Amino acid sequence: MSLSKAEVKNIADLARLELGDDELPDVIENLSRIIDFVDQLQAVDTDGVEPMAHPLDMVQRLREDVVTERNQRDLYQANAAAVEAGLYLVPKVIE
Amino acid sequence: MHTKTLAELSAALRAREFSSVELTSHYLERIGRLDASLNSFVTVTADQALAAAADADVRIAAGDAGPLVGIPIAHKDIFCTAGVRTSCGSRMLDNFVSPYDATVVARLRAAGAVMLGKTNMDEFAMGSSNETSYYGPVRNPWDTSRVPGGSSGGSAAAVAARLAPGATGTDTGGSIRQPAALTGITGLKPTYGRVSRYGMIAFASSLDQAGTLTVTAEDAALMLAAMAGFDGNDSTSVDRDVPDYALHLNDSIAGLRIGMPVEFFDEGLEQENRGVIDQALDAYRALGCEVVEVSLPNLALSVPTYYVVAPAECSSNLSRFDGVRFGYRTDRAGDLREMYSRSRAEGFGDEVKRRIMTGTYALSAGYYDAYYLKAQQVRQLISADFHAAFERVDVLMGPTTPTPAFEIGAKTADPITMYLNDIYTIGVNLAGLPGMSIPCGFVDGLPVGLQLMGPAFSESRLLQVAHAYQKETSWHRQMPGADFD
Repeated sequence: MSLSKAEVKNIADLARLELGDDELPDVIENLSRIIDFVDQLQAVDTDGVEPMAHPLDMVQRLREDVVTERNQRDLYQANAAAVEAGLYLVPKVIE
Repeated sequence: MHTKTLAELSAALRAREFSSVELTSHYLERIGRLDASLNSFVTVTADQALAAAADADVRIAAGDAGPLVGIPIAHKDIFCTAGVRTSCGSRMLDNFVSPYDATVVARLRAAGAVMLGKTNMDEFAMGSSNETSYYGPVRNPWDTSRVPGGSSGGSAAAVAARLAPGATGTDTGGSIRQPAALTGITGLKPTYGRVSRYGMIAFASSLDQAGTLTVTAEDAALMLAAMAGFDGNDSTSVDRDVPDYALHLNDSIAGLRIGMPVEFFDEGLEQENRGVIDQALDAYRALGCEVVEVSLPNLALSVPTYYVVAPAECSSNLSRFDGVRFGYRTDRAGDLREMYSRSRAEGFGDEVKRRIMTGTYALSAGYYDAYYLKAQQVRQLISADFHAAFERVDVLMGPTTPTPAFEIGAKTADPITMYLNDIYTIGVNLAGLPGMSIPCGFVDGLPVGLQLMGPAFSESRLLQVAHAYQKETSWHRQMPGADFD
């Protein structure tokens, strides 16, 4: 089963991955092969089987609602491409 | 010095045969001279290593007898290390200097281990050959035209070539065990939740687990003791006591019931590999163990299950790489959306993009039930098979890989061919169980690994079982050729 060009472009868009027209054929082929491969799962009888989100029988641990972290903004922002006055700079969002 | 195991080095340091500074310098010299032919290190932290070694020597002189004090180790470049580049094998993080230490790093540092540097890996831990790294492929010291396995290929190659006595790794679908098998060393993946994932760059959150690559099981026990245990910073960390792994290492394994899953011994397993594995099982029979056949009927489904679950989880985890707060940002930023999609297209390699897209597809509207939910149901079935087997036997054994190390470039044409390398290792990740690979022989001069699998939190037993074999055999003491003397 081959994925269509439109489907692949939509996936790339959802994943925020720019895809050039020259790259499309290889991506379509490889993704289609992978989806074909995992389609084997469709034939498995899973009636009444609980999906396993987590290998251990664990419940989300909770803690007291108190502040435990300290503000280290400058340290963390050292890795940012562009910052100003403690804010991250990005290309204009609103025209 | 480098022919000694981690445990032997530890005893030697405490007996003052040499200092940690001398030992660390010895390894740094080897790395400088020999790593060009392996490419196992992305970053070597020579100055910090020597400073840490000097501190360790002070601790040793003051009578601090901790087994890891002064021992040089390497960290897979997936672990955040404060003040040191943490690249995850990717252009996306080539410029990322971590502001904090992963819990694994902090605990090993507190135990006195000396960090030599960060090892090369498949990009974002996605791969089985260490060929997807932004920093180039890692080479197998047993034959440098061949892969060391992946994704912890750098850690494996470094330990195998004795450039470090021990290294950390991570295993999501086999990424510690498979490279350990292909490079002739001991690899350990603990039970999910045994070791904290805090500061370990996430690939697939319900599968990822930190572990060790060492020459021996005894060495693995020493490292695991420092790494394991509850961590409040990891919401999936299990609050359960850490046994004294070293204490129980020499316990007898007579009467142990070993299960051989028939599905591990199918046509996919190369004949010669099968011969080596059979001999290893005979060695266990000679040690008084009972070996029986068992079945894991849904094993063949583990690869397709994994290649839905892992990409789905990775598509979510890697959405944080957007060029805004850290990591690579494109020069060609038009508007915000273009900045995201160009930064990601340029920062990520092909395999990573492939898996992100596979995962996005599996989670998208209209496909979630058919793919992700379905895969998680099959995962339940696979896990149930393991639990049923462990009602009859104590430990499962079989090959770690279907073949020995393959040539660089041999399997890169078709992603599925590469994925099928993980056929024997993936099951244990899906079930969250512990697994090891130990050297058990050679095929055409290339190492073969025996895989051991146990019930949840049975690391102590697995280490005993591995250690018993390593006391009777010497496959694990063999080192790659004269090039790495």
